[in-house]
Amino acid sequence: RFTKDTARFKDELDIMKFICKDFWTTVFKKQIDNLRTNHISVLQDNKFRLLTQMSAGKQYLEHAPKYLAFTCGLIRGGLSNLGIKSIVTAEVSSMPACKFQVMIQKM
Amino acid sequence: ELFVLTYGALVAQLCKDYEKDEDVNTCLDRMGYGIGVRLIDDFLARSAVKKCRSYSETADMIAQVAFKMYLGVTPSVSCSSAAGNEFSLILDKNPLVDFVEELPAERASLCYCNLLCGVIRGALEMVHLAAEVTFLQDRLKGDAVTEIGITFLRKAEN
Repeated sequence: RFTKDTARFKDELDIMKFICKDFWTTVFKKQIDNLRTNHISVLQDNKFRLLTQMSAGKQYLEHAPKYLAFTCGLIRGGLSNLGIKSIVTAEVSSMPACKFQVMIQKM
Repeated sequence: ELFVLTYGALVAQLCKDYEKDEDVNTCLDRMGYGIGVRLIDDFLARSAVKKCRSYSETADMIAQVAFKMYLGVTPSVSCSSAAGNEFSLILDKNPLVDFVEELPAERASLCYCNLLCGVIRGALEMVHLAAEVTFLQDRLKGDAVTEIGITFLRKAEN
């Protein structure tokens, strides 16, 4: 729905940048703070909105993954519809910062 | 849109988890209740409204302030009992069903928006008002309008 009127994406990096900027801003009202892409793209959000109300540090850390699973699915679903098959996982070491790891699968 | 789509995904998943419509409805109501008991804090903080002094004021508050704040719509309110404790909210527009065309044939008794009933019930309970909240009519089921009925039970001791 978001990409109805956008130009075609040039390559996978273009799509990841779209996720980090436009998609993240529309869904979470802010951009991804850091994107690293080697084989795995790592999207780092230092103030992830679904975690900000939960804790500012290590409290409740073991529960955080449950609240990230939905977003992993959201990313995976979005990429899937843009033609990218992926596995998305999330990692939290200290809230509200978290990292989403996107492993693109070559079909 | 994200909220509405997420709600739809939630209901779809519950339909996969539970065979019977009544079970999905109960689950939605329970989830709504959990949301309502917490949402009331957010509502009171953001709306800064004064204490309601009658059931009628409360029903108006729900329809005109709360619904507007959280769903962007304002259902119309009417009192449906001489005793003054039964109210009906008619939803002209219901954003939660924006992407729902119709209920699948095998889900004819599904109360798609039952979460809302739980939310209202939970929120009211936190301000010491016991109430029964159900859908009296549902456009998705073929009724002319979507109507939520709120029946205030005896007031809890303050």
